[in-house]
Amino acid sequence: MIAIIDYGVGNLFSLKSSFAAIGAEAVVTADPALIRAADRIILPGVGAFADAAAKLRDTGMGDLVREQAAAGKPIMGICLGMQLLFDTSYEYGEHRGLSLIPGCVRPIADAIPAGYKIPHIGWNALRFSGDKHPLFRYLSEGDCVYFVHSYYATGCDGAVIATAEYGAPLTAAVARGNVYGCQFHPEKSGTVGLSILKAFCEL
Amino acid sequence: MITKRIIPCLDVRNGRVVKGVNFEGLSDVSSPIELAKFYSDNGADELVFYDITASAEGRQLFTDILCETARQVFIPLTVGGGINTVADFDRVLGCGADKVSVNSGAIRNPDLVYEAAKLYGDQCVVLSADIKRVDGVFRVFAKGGRENTGMEAIEWIRRCVGNGAGEIVVNSIDTDGVKGGFDLEMLRAVCDAVSVPVIASGGAGNIQDFITLFDTLPGVDAGLAASIFHFGEVAIQDLKQQMAAAGIPTRL
Repeated sequence: MIAIIDYGVGNLFSLKSSFAAIGAEAVVTADPALIRAADRIILPGVGAFADAAAKLRDTGMGDLVREQAAAGKPIMGICLGMQLLFDTSYEYGEHRGLSLIPGCVRPIADAIPAGYKIPHIGWNALRFSGDKHPLFRYLSEGDCVYFVHSYYATGCDGAVIATAEYGAPLTAAVARGNVYGCQFHPEKSGTVGLSILKAFCEL
Repeated sequence: MITKRIIPCLDVRNGRVVKGVNFEGLSDVSSPIELAKFYSDNGADELVFYDITASAEGRQLFTDILCETARQVFIPLTVGGGINTVADFDRVLGCGADKVSVNSGAIRNPDLVYEAAKLYGDQCVVLSADIKRVDGVFRVFAKGGRENTGMEAIEWIRRCVGNGAGEIVVNSIDTDGVKGGFDLEMLRAVCDAVSVPVIASGGAGNIQDFITLFDTLPGVDAGLAASIFHFGEVAIQDLKQQMAAAGIPTRL
């Protein structure tokens, strides 16, 4: 069973449906017992970093995710959920993340030349960093996934497993031990996205 | 490189797609769910569901259909039609819509874009503008293009982007239905005015019209059309193959 953590951020309908589509049982929950009992955890998130980080803290879900990560359970952060895995975000100030992966989150505008639109929105091709990660076992290099974001993870070179070219190579996916993150939305990336979720279920 | 998006638009009334379609292999040609799956399987980058229902019962049917579609289709889904309040945003986002498109609702209540963007983020709010030249000036029309609001279109779009609209659908009434190509002049004016993604709508008649659009105006991010896709005049897979062959960044 996969626990999709519900901490009051974003709409989790599509995420839950996408696991159903690949035949995986997923529950949207804030119940610590259920999350501890799950085989895998999804940390979702859309919206502003500071707001989401505060909700993770206030609901106790942040500590629970860290505890479960330390216990070795596979955890995947998606979109803002991925950004929350890092040490710090510089989105409207400076905010602490969960520090499960070393690195920080900065405005895309600081990394790319003028003339590129912000947010980075739409379908972009994945470029694998190093050997193809098991998360991408069903993918080919250049497969497209759907992005919507204005901030990107940086200073996390050792953890980057894929990038997307947008005036600069933007961090698209990360992995460190049993902790994974996708900046894009696998639940909105068609069959390619579903195959990434399937691979995550098999890790 | 971000790819140029191809977006079919489905008009839905009382839970059914308006205007018949003609595809082989579709068991129910007026089922929005069937059609959404078909388009998703055949290369559509995103879908727009446009609710043209007037009644409350029809609205409920639309919401049910939307939920079922989001359960089965895993590409971005934009919903428009009948969006007048933040509660309308809630209603469709709760069913799995990713973005919500506002048109007349924003004209009636200009705070709607700001309020929705603050609650759901800019990326969630799409401004759809029906624009027509009147005495050489781009004017915004309301009520499905029937009523001239008198507002200058570029100024209106700028204002909505300032309030948080994250994407703009430019629907040219002048070229809509003519199938003579997109309204490049109007689209250029919008691209020059704002830095958010611009979606071209109105006028596509064939594959070349899309290629001309993306070649001429690199600032345009997506092309939207309805009947030419529904009637099979343009197959999305053929369109995307030819876009890629023409050197346009395309998701194949």
